Amino acid sequence: MAAADKQPVVVTDAGPLNGMLSSLLTWVDQRFPMMTLWRGHMSEYYAPKNFNFWYYFGSLATVVLVLQIVTGIFLTMHYKPDAAQAFASVEYIMRDVPGGWLIRYLHSTGASAFFIVVYLHMFRGLLYGSYRKPRELIWIFGMLIYLCLMAEAFFGYLLPWGQMSYWGAQVIVNLFDALPVIGPDLSTWIRGDYVVSDATLNRFFAFHVIAIPLVLLGLVAAHIMALHEVGSNNPDGVEIKNQLDPKTGHPRDGIPFHPYYTIGKDLFGMMVFLVVFAVILFFMPEMGGYFLEYNNFIPADPLKTPPHIAPVWYFTPYYSILRAVTEDFMWVLAVAVISFVLLLLRTRLAYAVGVLLVGGATVLLSWLFGAPYKWWGLTLAGTVGLSLLVVPVGTGMWFRRLIVAGLVTLLAGFFSMDAKVWGVVLMGAATLVFFLLPWLDRSPVKSIRYKGVLCKTALAVFVVAFLVLGYLGTLTVTEERTLVAQFFTLVYFAFFLLMPWYTRMDKTKPEPGRVTG
Amino acid sequence: MGDNELDQGKRRFLLAATGVAGGVATAAAAVPFVASMLPSERARAAGAPVEADISMLAPGEKVTVEWRGQPVWIVRRTPEMLDSIKGSADKVADPKSERKPGELTPAYARNEFRSIKPEVFVAVGICSHLGCSPQDKFKAGAEAFEGNWKGGFYCPCHGSLFDLAGRVYKNKPAPDNLKVPPYKFLSDTRILIGEDSKGA
Repeated sequence: MAAADKQPVVVTDAGPLNGMLSSLLTWVDQRFPMMTLWRGHMSEYYAPKNFNFWYYFGSLATVVLVLQIVTGIFLTMHYKPDAAQAFASVEYIMRDVPGGWLIRYLHSTGASAFFIVVYLHMFRGLLYGSYRKPRELIWIFGMLIYLCLMAEAFFGYLLPWGQMSYWGAQVIVNLFDALPVIGPDLSTWIRGDYVVSDATLNRFFAFHVIAIPLVLLGLVAAHIMALHEVGSNNPDGVEIKNQLDPKTGHPRDGIPFHPYYTIGKDLFGMMVFLVVFAVILFFMPEMGGYFLEYNNFIPADPLKTPPHIAPVWYFTPYYSILRAVTEDFMWVLAVAVISFVLLLLRTRLAYAVGVLLVGGATVLLSWLFGAPYKWWGLTLAGTVGLSLLVVPVGTGMWFRRLIVAGLVTLLAGFFSMDAKVWGVVLMGAATLVFFLLPWLDRSPVKSIRYKGVLCKTALAVFVVAFLVLGYLGTLTVTEERTLVAQFFTLVYFAFFLLMPWYTRMDKTKPEPGRVTG
Repeated sequence: MGDNELDQGKRRFLLAATGVAGGVATAAAAVPFVASMLPSERARAAGAPVEADISMLAPGEKVTVEWRGQPVWIVRRTPEMLDSIKGSADKVADPKSERKPGELTPAYARNEFRSIKPEVFVAVGICSHLGCSPQDKFKAGAEAFEGNWKGGFYCPCHGSLFDLAGRVYKNKPAPDNLKVPPYKFLSDTRILIGEDSKGA
């Protein structure tokens, strides 16, 4: 439509300014798709009418994003990204810059608030199946946002140049060291030096203030555009677009996002959130060492690791998984992976037990004959692989060969590379496995409301595993704690990898045709 | 062929050729940016050897000197400490320093005590797991992390244990022994870290 053909914008609620405002907005709208955007995303974006408590956290994440960007801009006006001056410049912000303490605490508390809000937002997705078709891309963009947030938090945490900043960065950059062949060169390249140093601080600053935020904003736009393309899910998990009002053409169970959800819900949510946020900000900005760690009030010392080192709380579940992988655990992991493959190939139980016994026997023999440790795993990989090629299974030959080849490679890798490499791999997998969720969930229904006892139990157990791993990650290691972490690491992955089976076996209730309540 | 007809084959060829040329140019343009993140000449030059004086170091004590931005420990071990190293041979993963010999243990330190002189232990105090600096736990006895502790080093980050020769305990996150840097004795009390006399 040519610009001049557009309907004039009519403003009726600005009193004596109605005429002026109308002609100004008409002028703009004829040159920019202002009203199209406004209607598409706000006043005529129909959202399900049954949103509940869990639907506050998306808009709150936007609020915290704006807070972090604004406070961040003002912090860069005073902060010095220089190893010799960084720690002092943060103290300068806290003591000498007028209101600097407030801006800095807003930013540090905002970082933790961001993760709280985002974790609850993600949990909502798990509850109501918001990742299911046709919302796979919304989920994937969201997960990419989550990864960007983790990168932001990690890069930003080095900037105060305290002991935890320094040693946290040291530990995480050294994760890359574990990768075969390219590892050591890669970690040197990331640091720009042989140890975490001024060069590292300077580049982390660049990533934190410009590179990642730009990507993050682009992803947020993509997340919302994908959401508004397919429409919001809701606590019942039924598509409101399937029930249109024949007169208006709008969903029967939908209400315009603006003003019903903007003013009616999200503004209220924001006010409650800001009250809670202010209480934490003014009365417990350190949150007992969880939001700002005590050791980070000591300047970085490359020669002395603090007595107890733990990442900030939002990383601790993954940190626990990293620490859980020891040499002994590789055997447990091997049995778990073999069992998973037996399940994937639809092997009958008797054959599955047989394959596991053959594998166990080779390990026993290697031990009896005094073969070197690494051989135990290699013979295990070989015999399990061979026996899987001969036992009858329920799947096709090509699929089987492919899976068996993958399994043998993996098992051989388990015992020929350091356990540390697999700790890193498992930690990475723990974040990336979320991406597969849209394809792992095979339940006929989306929402937890209509799922059966299996899915409900699985989700509850997963939440417990996530919290326990998170708690253990804040503590020092002992043998008992490592055992608990290893157990819950298995539970964590079982939740995802067994999902195709238990979601199909589950006894679901029928979904209603329209949303309830 | 008339003016209005499109030569689809030619169009596809031109698109592919432009794409390939553009891709190569982009990759080439990325090289200087990627290279700019490598250690600078200044960082490379900062790796000179350092000298340490151990005349004041009493038996059973440790000093830390900085070499290439890393902590290097020097421990003057007592006879009891050396005995504890013999006693931990069955608990450690690599008692004879056979793993990555060129990188972790120079030839002259590839012995039971991983040192040139048994009583003087020199090692980089960086855990082979993820680069934390382990703590001194020289006293034998019951510890939270090990009931029958023989003395050594404990990494606070992930609980790896090392004996007093920097040998890593079995089944701990750290895969390897602590690195012994190249070093040589300039005199009985002076050590040069970062350089060795070849064939010493």
